[in-house]
Amino acid sequence: MVDGKVIKRAKHKSTIKDPGTPGILEMTEDRFIFTPHNPKSSPSLNVLFRLIKGHRFTKEGTKQALLNLTHEQGGSYIFEFENFSDRNVCKEFVGHQCCELQKLHKQFVLGGVLTEAEFWATRKKLLNGDTSKVTRQRAGFKSALLSDVKPSADGRSNRVTFNLTPEIIHQIFAEKPAVHRAYLKFVPNKMTEKDFWTKYCRAEYLHSTKNAVAAAAEAAEDEELAVFLKHDDVWASEARHKIRRVDPTLDMEADEGDDYIHLPDHGMSRDGSDYATDSQYDEYRRSLSQVLNRHGAVVLEGRSIDVELGDTRSVAEALARSKQVELANGASDGMVNQERLERISQLAEIEDLQASRDLPLAPLFIKDPREYFDSQQANAIKTLGDTLAGTRQIKCSLSTSEAYGSLRERISEVKISGLGDPIVKPVIAFKVFDGLTQNIKSNKYQRGKNPQESVLDGLPKITKEELLLHWTSIEELLKHFWSSYPITTSYLYVKVRRLKDAMSQIYPKLQEIKESVQSDCRHQVSLLVQPMLQALDAAFAHYDADLQKRTAKSGDRPNGFV
Amino acid sequence: MTPVQPKLSTDDVSLLMVLIDTNPFFWSAANTTSLSFSKFLSHVVAFLNSVLLLNQLNQVVVIATGINTCDYVYDSAAAGALPNQRAESLLQKLVEFVVKDEQLGKEDSVDGIGSSLLSGSLSMALCYIQRVFRSGPHHPQPRVSVNGYMHSWTSFPFHRYVAIMNAIFSAQRSMVPIDSCLLGAQHSAFLQQASYITGGVYLKPQQLDGLFQYLSTVFASDLYSRNFLQLPKPVGVDFRASCFCHKNTIDMGYICSVCLSIFCKHHKNCSTCGSVFGQAQTNAPSTSNQKRKTPET
Repeated sequence: MVDGKVIKRAKHKSTIKDPGTPGILEMTEDRFIFTPHNPKSSPSLNVLFRLIKGHRFTKEGTKQALLNLTHEQGGSYIFEFENFSDRNVCKEFVGHQCCELQKLHKQFVLGGVLTEAEFWATRKKLLNGDTSKVTRQRAGFKSALLSDVKPSADGRSNRVTFNLTPEIIHQIFAEKPAVHRAYLKFVPNKMTEKDFWTKYCRAEYLHSTKNAVAAAAEAAEDEELAVFLKHDDVWASEARHKIRRVDPTLDMEADEGDDYIHLPDHGMSRDGSDYATDSQYDEYRRSLSQVLNRHGAVVLEGRSIDVELGDTRSVAEALARSKQVELANGASDGMVNQERLERISQLAEIEDLQASRDLPLAPLFIKDPREYFDSQQANAIKTLGDTLAGTRQIKCSLSTSEAYGSLRERISEVKISGLGDPIVKPVIAFKVFDGLTQNIKSNKYQRGKNPQESVLDGLPKITKEELLLHWTSIEELLKHFWSSYPITTSYLYVKVRRLKDAMSQIYPKLQEIKESVQSDCRHQVSLLVQPMLQALDAAFAHYDADLQKRTAKSGDRPNGFV
Repeated sequence: MTPVQPKLSTDDVSLLMVLIDTNPFFWSAANTTSLSFSKFLSHVVAFLNSVLLLNQLNQVVVIATGINTCDYVYDSAAAGALPNQRAESLLQKLVEFVVKDEQLGKEDSVDGIGSSLLSGSLSMALCYIQRVFRSGPHHPQPRVSVNGYMHSWTSFPFHRYVAIMNAIFSAQRSMVPIDSCLLGAQHSAFLQQASYITGGVYLKPQQLDGLFQYLSTVFASDLYSRNFLQLPKPVGVDFRASCFCHKNTIDMGYICSVCLSIFCKHHKNCSTCGSVFGQAQTNAPSTSNQKRKTPET
């Protein structure tokens, strides 16, 4: 780091897994330059430090000594060093060059106000970046259809094997509420879990054969099996519920022109079996569109429970709970109906059939119009700071004829003597000009006209920079200060005192700035400084209050008494 | 009727409508103080002359505003106006006007103080301007200059308030700026608003002796020049309302939903229009607070 320059051997990697291009990394005061050994292999890098937003690095003792510099516009530069000491030299160098953090770091860490760990503790995010996201993305349902879970036959015997994973079971519960309900009802009281799923798979098998007649026959014999074979009634009622929420003016029949929709399974035959079976077996058939719609809805809804999928029972119960919550959230049936009716009347309003909306109007009656209209005048006069009295009283002292007489007199006076010469004395004219231009001169009229113009820009450069620096340092200190409360350990106690001392050092500096600027800017500067002082005052007040509480507490307790 | 085409006008040629206040009570009161009517007239006449000298096409019309009547006292475009006898004809007309004003007052037997008929003179000025608008495509840019007014708003009867506001709004619609130069002791919220609304200049000179200087510096500039000038701007027109019950200036308050009267606190019924108000919303949480507090104590 001598002479503000660091040269190290390093590999540049485009990604972490990239083997990297060996070369020389050179860091100077304002930029870093990477020159690969083989100039043909990849272009050399030359990047300014001020474009670097932050940097990350691997912990010492891990496999690779990496340094990752994040570019302002996204993207990053990853360098692998031969050993950690090399990396640390570069890291420190970057740390010193990089952004305004450096200033704060130097001021507080090197100044002893904060320790290294404390300083970086608040910036964990900056260091770790996106590696530790607070919320992990939850995996949703697979978009594959359940029917894709194909039974596998071994070909030799008549056995058909279904493979159910916890994942699939969860999905079955979500998509087929009737199965879910049956599971809660039957398992483990009436049958074992294994029996249940065997039955379910049998039902699925029957469905897959598309033999509605056979399915009906089986269902007639076994009522539990029938649950799986018949149409899902929960599903149906949910669908009815949803239809209610559809815009009541929507005319489904108008869409009948798109005829293929009305063919079963969208006109795509799943297999060759005929659909012209008796209607009595209808409930044992499922259409593809139903399955697709249900599946789509479940996938979109996403996973609403957060339970390990291992235990089927707990999954089933959790799902049931979440369903109940949903139901509770929805209004009761009666309410829904009422709402629906209201919406219909709103949407399908036929004006001719509505009662006329002419409300009985009462004409506006104002008791005393003069007071009504004049009431604001008092305000105007008051704010302008003039008195009403003076002239009016003088007016009263004259009779009408006298007043007119004097007016005529004045006019004839002008007639006789002519216009004054000079009309305006130079001294007075000067005063007038001065008065008129004072408005223009005063910066009150200049400010706020240009939105881009900031008050800070009007200040001397040094003052501006000082203000900004103080602002950031106060922010930093306050952040640490407030995060130390409530004080639970003696370490925090010491830290708070350190911070308080540092802040009280800034206080007089702000005052100095305020006094140093010229009078016309002083007001603005004090406006800028005011919130800083207030923030500091609040911190001091809290510190003192806390200190008092502590001493009072310790005073109450005699020594040796716990 | 020719359609109004204000856009075609040349904006560096002015038609200046000057309204001067000839309220005898005000001027006789002013005699003793700072600026007498004779001084005022000499300033104004000099100002009118300088306006006419600024551009040969400039036109000046003077309307006197009395307490019983208003009238045109001078028109530079009138046939009889001789260029070298402007002041004489103006003063002559003014005397005649004052006599007429006095006579009308006697007939009506109005005693005590009257206020100047600003609504009347403003309307006359605007009518004149409308006639000029319809005279042809190239007419001078009109503006109204109100001089010497000092009445207080409170002395206006209600019907005149509406008339003045209507005049101001019609001036705004026809894009005629109203400049006002206040000589009295107090500001006129009225003219302040008029100038604010119409984009004119409102000025209350501090040095009354230098009136001409004010007039020629601020009010003589034509509309075109005003684009480049920094004329005095209102320090801030306070649009805050005062409540009807205590006349306090308030930032927030209650408003009658029927007549828009303003109150600083909740009333059972409106003092202006008599509407009965419902329970104020703010009462609800306070009662619940009380309920919650009782078990604790």
